[in-house]
Amino acid sequence: MNLAIDDVVLTYPDGDRTLTALDHVSMTVEPGEFTAVVGPSGSGKSSLLAVAATLITPDSGTVTVAGRDVTGLRPAERARLRRDHVGIVFQQPNLPASLTALDQLTVMAHIAGRPPRRAAARARDLLASVDLAGVEHKRPHQLSGGERQRINIARGLMNAPQVLLVDEPTSALDHHRGEQIVELLGRLTRERRLATVMVTHDLAQLGAVDRVYSMADGRLSRESRVAA
Amino acid sequence: MFVALRDLRFAKGRFALMGSVVLLITVLVTMLSGLTAGLAADSSSAIENLPADRVVFDARGAADGKISFSDSRISGETLRAWQDVPGTAAEPLGISMGRISFSASGEQSKSGGQGTAGERGAPAALFGVSPGGEAGNAGRSPSAGQIVLSSGLAEGTGLASGDEVQISGHAFTVAGTGGASSYSHTPVAWIGLGDWRTLNAQAGDQAATVLLLRLTGEPVLDAVDERLGTTTVARGDAKSAIPSFSAENGSLQLMRGFLFVISALVIGAFFTVWTIQRQADVAVLKALGASTGYLLRDALAQAVLVLLAGAGLGGAVGGLAGLAAAGSVPFVVSASTTVLPVAVIVLLGAAGAALAIRKITSVDPLTALGAAR
Repeated sequence: MNLAIDDVVLTYPDGDRTLTALDHVSMTVEPGEFTAVVGPSGSGKSSLLAVAATLITPDSGTVTVAGRDVTGLRPAERARLRRDHVGIVFQQPNLPASLTALDQLTVMAHIAGRPPRRAAARARDLLASVDLAGVEHKRPHQLSGGERQRINIARGLMNAPQVLLVDEPTSALDHHRGEQIVELLGRLTRERRLATVMVTHDLAQLGAVDRVYSMADGRLSRESRVAA
Repeated sequence: MFVALRDLRFAKGRFALMGSVVLLITVLVTMLSGLTAGLAADSSSAIENLPADRVVFDARGAADGKISFSDSRISGETLRAWQDVPGTAAEPLGISMGRISFSASGEQSKSGGQGTAGERGAPAALFGVSPGGEAGNAGRSPSAGQIVLSSGLAEGTGLASGDEVQISGHAFTVAGTGGASSYSHTPVAWIGLGDWRTLNAQAGDQAATVLLLRLTGEPVLDAVDERLGTTTVARGDAKSAIPSFSAENGSLQLMRGFLFVISALVIGAFFTVWTIQRQADVAVLKALGASTGYLLRDALAQAVLVLLAGAGLGGAVGGLAGLAAAGSVPFVVSASTTVLPVAVIVLLGAAGAALAIRKITSVDPLTALGAAR
C-alpha cells in the first residue's frame, strides 16, 4: 500500500478542554485507488489530510507513506518525504502570483534539485495531460478558476508522487467544472497508479471515486466501494 | 533563486522603488566618503607624508594637556636631549600659519604681509625644515631666504621657481614647486628652520613645533617622554593633533555611520513587509516540500540582488559625481571611497534583510491547507 493510517488519534487544545479531531482513525489506500472522505465541516477531514501529508504529527497511531513510517520524522525529513512522495492539491489553487503556469510546476523540480530542462519538458507534458497546453506562460490572474485548479493538480503530480492528497478540489467551482476535475483526478489516479485521498463535502461529485469513507466527529464510521 | 528572480520580475515596481532608495543612499554615502577623504587629505596630507616613524609633541603648555600642533613647543633643550637619545634620529619641524605676498607680475612685493594695489597674497602653512634634513618637499630643503611651494600653492598663486615673495616683511625666493601637500586646509610652503624661527621670534626659546623621529634602534620611548615631558605618537596618529581635524572628520564619519545604519534599517523594513506579504506563498512551498533553508537562501539571494544592483549603481553614480566635483571641492575617488561603502551597504543591508526574512522559519505549512487566497 502507498498510504496507511493506523489507529491515529489527534487532539487539539480548545480553551479549557481538548478537542479530538481524529479518534482512532485507520485507513489504507492502494496504488491506483481513488478514495474519498466525505463529511460535514469540522468533522476532521482536513485534519486527516494534514496527518497524511505529514504536516501534523498525531498524538498516537502510525502513518506510513510510501512504505515509510513518518510519525517519528523530523520536520526536514518530513519536508523531503512530501517533496519526493506526496502530491498535494489544495482547496484553493494557492498558486504564487509571480509564477507562470509552467513555473508553478517547474518550481517543484527546482525544490527537489532536478535538472531544469527535463523539468520543463515534464511540466509541459503534465499541463497537456490536464488539458492546459498553450497556457504555459500565463500567470494565475490570467487563468480561469478551473484552469487554476488544473494547474494545482498538475503541480501535485510534478515530482511523480506515490500519494496524492486532494483537499476540497471542487469547492470554488460550479457543478460542471467540479465534475470535470473529479473525473480528471480519477483518470490520473489510475494512469499513474496513485494512492489518492480526496476530502470533500460534496456528495454529488463521487462518480469517479473507488472508495468512500464517511467522517463525523473525528471518526471514520463507514466505508463503501463505489466503483469496481 | 527560482522564486526570487520571478518575484523580482513580477513585482518590478516595488523592487525598483527599493533599489532606488538603496541607490540614493549609496550615492549619498559614496559622496560623503569621497568628501570625507578629500577633506582629510586637505587637512592632513602634509602630516601623513612626513618622513618619520614617530612625532614628538611637547604639550606641557596646552590648557587641556592634549597633543596639538598649535600648542606644541619644542625648546632647544628638549631638541638636544632627543637628539642624544640612542636608537633615534630626531629632526625638528616648525609649523605655523602665514601669508605670502607677491606682486601680480611676479616681482617682489615691497610691502609686508598686507597686499596693496597690484599685489596679491595667499595663506600658507609654513613648514620650517632643517637644512639637509628629510622633512622638506621630496627631500628638497630650502636654504636661508628660499621657499619651496607645494603644487596647490604654486597653482593658486601662479608662482614659479625664481619668483620673489614676502612673508611678514621677509623676502624669499621660490626655489622649487611640487608635491600636493596641505595642512589644516591650507597649502604648504617649506622654508629653512632658521627663517621659520625668525618669523616666529615671539616664541622665545622655541626651536621647533614638533620633532620627527626615525627609529634606528629600539629605544624605550615612554621613558624618554616621561623624562623630557614630551608625548610621542605614531605618524598616523599625529593627524588627530591638527586643529579641528578630529571634530571635522568625526562629524563626517558619524554621518556616514548613520547612513549605513539607515540603509540596513530601510532594507530590513522593506523585506519585513515583503516577507509578511508572501507568507501564504511560503506556506504553500513548504507544504509542497521546500525546505526552510531553500526558502531562506532564495529570499536572501533576492535581497542581495536588489542591494547589489542599487548599491552598485549608486556607487558608480557617486564616484562619477565625485570625479566631476573633484575640481571644485576636495574629493577623493578611490576604492576606499566607492567600493568599500558599496560593500558595507550590501553587507549591512543583507544583515537587515536576513533579520527580516528569518520570519520564514516560523511560517507553518499547515496554513496552506484550506487557506483562503
